[in-house]
Amino acid sequence: MSTETSPWEEHFGSRENQSRAAQLGMWIFLGSEVLLFTNLFVGYAVYRYYYPEVFAKASKHLAADWATVQTLLLVTSSLFVALAVHYIRHGRQFLTALVLLVAMGMGVGFLGIKGWEYWKHWTEGALPGEFYRLEDLPVQGGSLFFTLYFLLTGLHAIHMLVALGLLGWLVFGAVAGKYTAEYHIPVEVGGLYWHLVDVFWLFIYPLLYLVE
Amino acid sequence: MTQDSGAVNELFRRILFLPEQASTISTDVDFLHYVIITTTMGVATLIFGTAAYFLIRFRRRSETDVTPKVVGTLGWEVLFVGLPLTTFLVWFFIGYHDFIRMQTPPPDAMDVYVVGKQWMWKFTHPEGPNSIGVLRVPVGRPVRLLLTSQDVIHSFYVPAFRIKQDVLPGAYTQTWFQVTKPGSYRVMCAEYCGLKHSEMWAEVVALSEEDYESWMKEQRRGLVSRRDATPSAPEREAPHLPAFWAVRYDAQEPHGQLMYAERGTLAERGERVAAEKGCLKCHTVDGTAHIGPTWVDLYLRRERLTNGETVVADEAYLNESMMKPQVRIVEGFEPVMPSYLGQLEAAEVAALVEYIKTLRSARLETIRSEGPVYEPVGGK
Amino acid sequence: MNPSAGSSQPAITYLNHETTVKSWLLTRDHKRIGVMFLVLVILALLLGGVFAMVLRIELLTPGPTIISPMTYNRMFTLHGVTMVWLFMIPAIPSAFGNFVLPIMLGAKDVAFPRLNLASVYIYVVGSALTLFGMLWSGADTGWTFYTPYSTTSPTAVTPILLGVFVIGFSTIITGLNFITTVHTLRAPGMHWSRIPLFVWALYGTSVIQVVATPVLGMVLALVALERVLGVGIFDPSRGGDPVLFQHMFWFYSHPAVYIMVLPAMGVITEVVCAFSRKNIFGYRMIAASTFGIAFVGFFSWGHHMFVSGQSTFGSGIFGVLSMLVAIFTAIKIFNWVATMYGGSIDLRVPLLYVLGFIFLLMFGGMTGVAVATTSLDVHWHDTYFIVAHFHYIMVGAVLMAFLAALHYWWPKMFGRVYPERWSFLGAITIIFGFIVTFLPQFLLGNLGMPRRYYQYPQEMQWLHVLSTAGASLLAFGFGLIAVYLLWSLRYGPVSAPNPWGSRGYEWFSGSPPAPHNFTEAPRFEREVHDYTVPEAPRVY
Repeated sequence: MSTETSPWEEHFGSRENQSRAAQLGMWIFLGSEVLLFTNLFVGYAVYRYYYPEVFAKASKHLAADWATVQTLLLVTSSLFVALAVHYIRHGRQFLTALVLLVAMGMGVGFLGIKGWEYWKHWTEGALPGEFYRLEDLPVQGGSLFFTLYFLLTGLHAIHMLVALGLLGWLVFGAVAGKYTAEYHIPVEVGGLYWHLVDVFWLFIYPLLYLVE
Repeated sequence: MTQDSGAVNELFRRILFLPEQASTISTDVDFLHYVIITTTMGVATLIFGTAAYFLIRFRRRSETDVTPKVVGTLGWEVLFVGLPLTTFLVWFFIGYHDFIRMQTPPPDAMDVYVVGKQWMWKFTHPEGPNSIGVLRVPVGRPVRLLLTSQDVIHSFYVPAFRIKQDVLPGAYTQTWFQVTKPGSYRVMCAEYCGLKHSEMWAEVVALSEEDYESWMKEQRRGLVSRRDATPSAPEREAPHLPAFWAVRYDAQEPHGQLMYAERGTLAERGERVAAEKGCLKCHTVDGTAHIGPTWVDLYLRRERLTNGETVVADEAYLNESMMKPQVRIVEGFEPVMPSYLGQLEAAEVAALVEYIKTLRSARLETIRSEGPVYEPVGGK
Repeated sequence: MNPSAGSSQPAITYLNHETTVKSWLLTRDHKRIGVMFLVLVILALLLGGVFAMVLRIELLTPGPTIISPMTYNRMFTLHGVTMVWLFMIPAIPSAFGNFVLPIMLGAKDVAFPRLNLASVYIYVVGSALTLFGMLWSGADTGWTFYTPYSTTSPTAVTPILLGVFVIGFSTIITGLNFITTVHTLRAPGMHWSRIPLFVWALYGTSVIQVVATPVLGMVLALVALERVLGVGIFDPSRGGDPVLFQHMFWFYSHPAVYIMVLPAMGVITEVVCAFSRKNIFGYRMIAASTFGIAFVGFFSWGHHMFVSGQSTFGSGIFGVLSMLVAIFTAIKIFNWVATMYGGSIDLRVPLLYVLGFIFLLMFGGMTGVAVATTSLDVHWHDTYFIVAHFHYIMVGAVLMAFLAALHYWWPKMFGRVYPERWSFLGAITIIFGFIVTFLPQFLLGNLGMPRRYYQYPQEMQWLHVLSTAGASLLAFGFGLIAVYLLWSLRYGPVSAPNPWGSRGYEWFSGSPPAPHNFTEAPRFEREVHDYTVPEAPRVY
């Protein structure tokens, strides 16, 4: 983070130390984020153990091929974010902004597909809890699967939105010339966050879409 | 010797304000209680006394006192860890041994179904009589309670028996006790369940074996058409003030279930429920396989499941199969059974289970009620 | 010898270098943030205390006394919510930790001062949401929010859940800040083996905060979602398992006990050393046991559920692990007492609170061992025995440490000295009040008095009356402390920079400290609490 005058804060002692602190802080935050998802993963494990067959059938209601496209989009976007960090280390602000924009575009594409999927679920009634209207699967287990589906993907989508905002802010900063080869802590830290959101998806994708 | 230990027991019980000991396990639990509390309080006093002694012995004498650097040696630290650790683990294993006993009903226990509901307890005997707020049991026989709730979580607590068991909606839990002396014992709800949580009381009336038998006979002579079981002979002769809240159930709150207006035993009722609810469309009672497994000899049968595991069809599994049929399906059958959660009242479930229990081919007639919902590791 | 030791306060301190309201509200100074938290948590303590007094007065008679059952149910819920999340969890880390930790490390501030300021406002927003819920209709679920009652209760549970959820972020930020600060901002010469034990305690606490709080946030969010949208994740009629909620809840809320207790133990370690004028007996053991508690604390949540119908085997494992917590605690107690050996002990008010702490922690902890013994817990579960047990630990011990810290660091924070005699009277009233309040509750639990009961059997009344009498004494004690501390802020004698002659690192700065803690870079040449030489540390 930067102040109005200089991005270097005096109380860290040295610039390396500030960078180290920012990275460490982000890692701790990421660890904390992982645990935010644990409840849902635990809930998933428990209920899948209770209702294995229902879960397998419910999974068939999801668009697994589109989810594969989503996965590819996210993985590629992570690559571009990594490139952004590489470019800014060499002080190439314009290229940084460009690749970040590409990554953002992929993120928006991901959310677009997600939104379309939600719309499909809405029309067929594959909704959580009280709103569950699917005929071919029992309420017991079936509604739980879609509760967990919406909670997991919804929480992930919220994280995507936050991460997109973060990238947008980085693009803005890169264009404004705030980041240089020396000072690029926000790009590194923001990139880490993007990767984390990406990794969450890599867990959610097989759990929800590839149930056998 | 026993006289002495009885007096010691009584002394400690009074010092610690414990309620009377009216079940077989209560004295064992209390003995460990005495040992742990006495030892820990003694040691705590000792440690605190040491601190107080240091406080005086090493009081500051001048403002410029200098103290030596004292650092703990490994020996001290091992002592600090080892001594309490050993003691605690010994206590733990004695306690755990008792705990397993408390969790494992003896095979010859008689069953009573308990339904918790905001804010009352209902008891149903398999033989028929049922009552609200009063559970009548014989002294000297183990009684297993199969508990379930109609709404939120409750907890069945009898201080004099030192037992407590949470009562869950949509599932059966169990506990057991064996009363040692006739009398009336207070039951309270121990898990917060809303507005009148503190009024959700009942009582256990422990009758001598003869009184219990004659009471049961009386109930089966057609008096069950009443709304509730009638009091037993000792209760009529010496009318004590019943557990004050147990008789104050809110008349405006309908108790929901019509079961107490039914005749006959629980198993007979289960037969009717099975016909009314359409169970017999898929399950047979003559041993032939149909859409669902047959009910004959089903109780305590070991079944292979579709996921390769096996399960013993005890009360818990039968209940689960009605409430969550998709969870564990017996091999060879399709997951087509609908859930009866909300369709069957808890008491009807109990009736069905009792009915299934009666469906035995001759070969299995000798097998007795057994078996814990939660079998401790290492078997019984 | 050091010429500045014993002289008056530094001319410019963090309190007087800027005095506008704005300079406080937008401050990034960890000390001011600590003071702001101190004010906030004391307000929360006051609120929770008022709820407690209402409860105790209601329980004077077996039947209705002053409030209806509905109000009573709300009161104990709000008492729990306020005390746990608004007071105890932030109390020591956010108030005293924020103030002291950077100074102890020789740093100018915490790693992320802006986030630190944000944590204050997040706490305020969360508390406001909670208060809004309380004023709207108040929840009646108990602070544990057990499903399915919490998802069906007609009261305003949702805003309170959201308030607690928001406060969680404040907790996480504080933890994140502390860990990063300890890793990156130690002064030159501050080796890992020299870090004061209060900092180690805060470090362990921070790890729990960062790891466990999101789990709680999510589970509370799930309950809120179930109430608002009916997602049905714990609803048995949709195949959900209400007991799963308990597992998730206690996975956080058991470690949460150590979020409260570990910093308290850290305070005690500092105070014992300072007033015994001795180094700690087993530095490594105390630090290691801190992490032992933090670690084992994550794997003992099931001891809240011995009668919930979980597997007997599971209860056994959770029981044994709970015993280990007692072992780690015992290590600390032995080390504190052993530290006093060979010392030069000055019985001042903070040390008096330490003795109160050791007393309450020891008796509370020993009953914990009894409760972890599965067979005994069946009788005690959800009775007043448990209530008394956790009040001994959480309220007794944590509050003792809070008051010890308040009295020990009062001159450090505000540069004033409070009246000694009054403070002794306050301490004795508080300790005595506690014992009178909660000892009868152990006996009530033995008698079989379930918790959260509005009405109770006649024969238990005299114990309740005794308990209420103790609570009144406590209230009086708090009032007394508030009066003399507020008095001392304005009229108290000006304190020396190091009034206790302590060799804790935080006393290397002035009292109150300069805006950036030190006027020149401090050098930590001796180990913390080294009293082998007569010179007091220099004030930098």
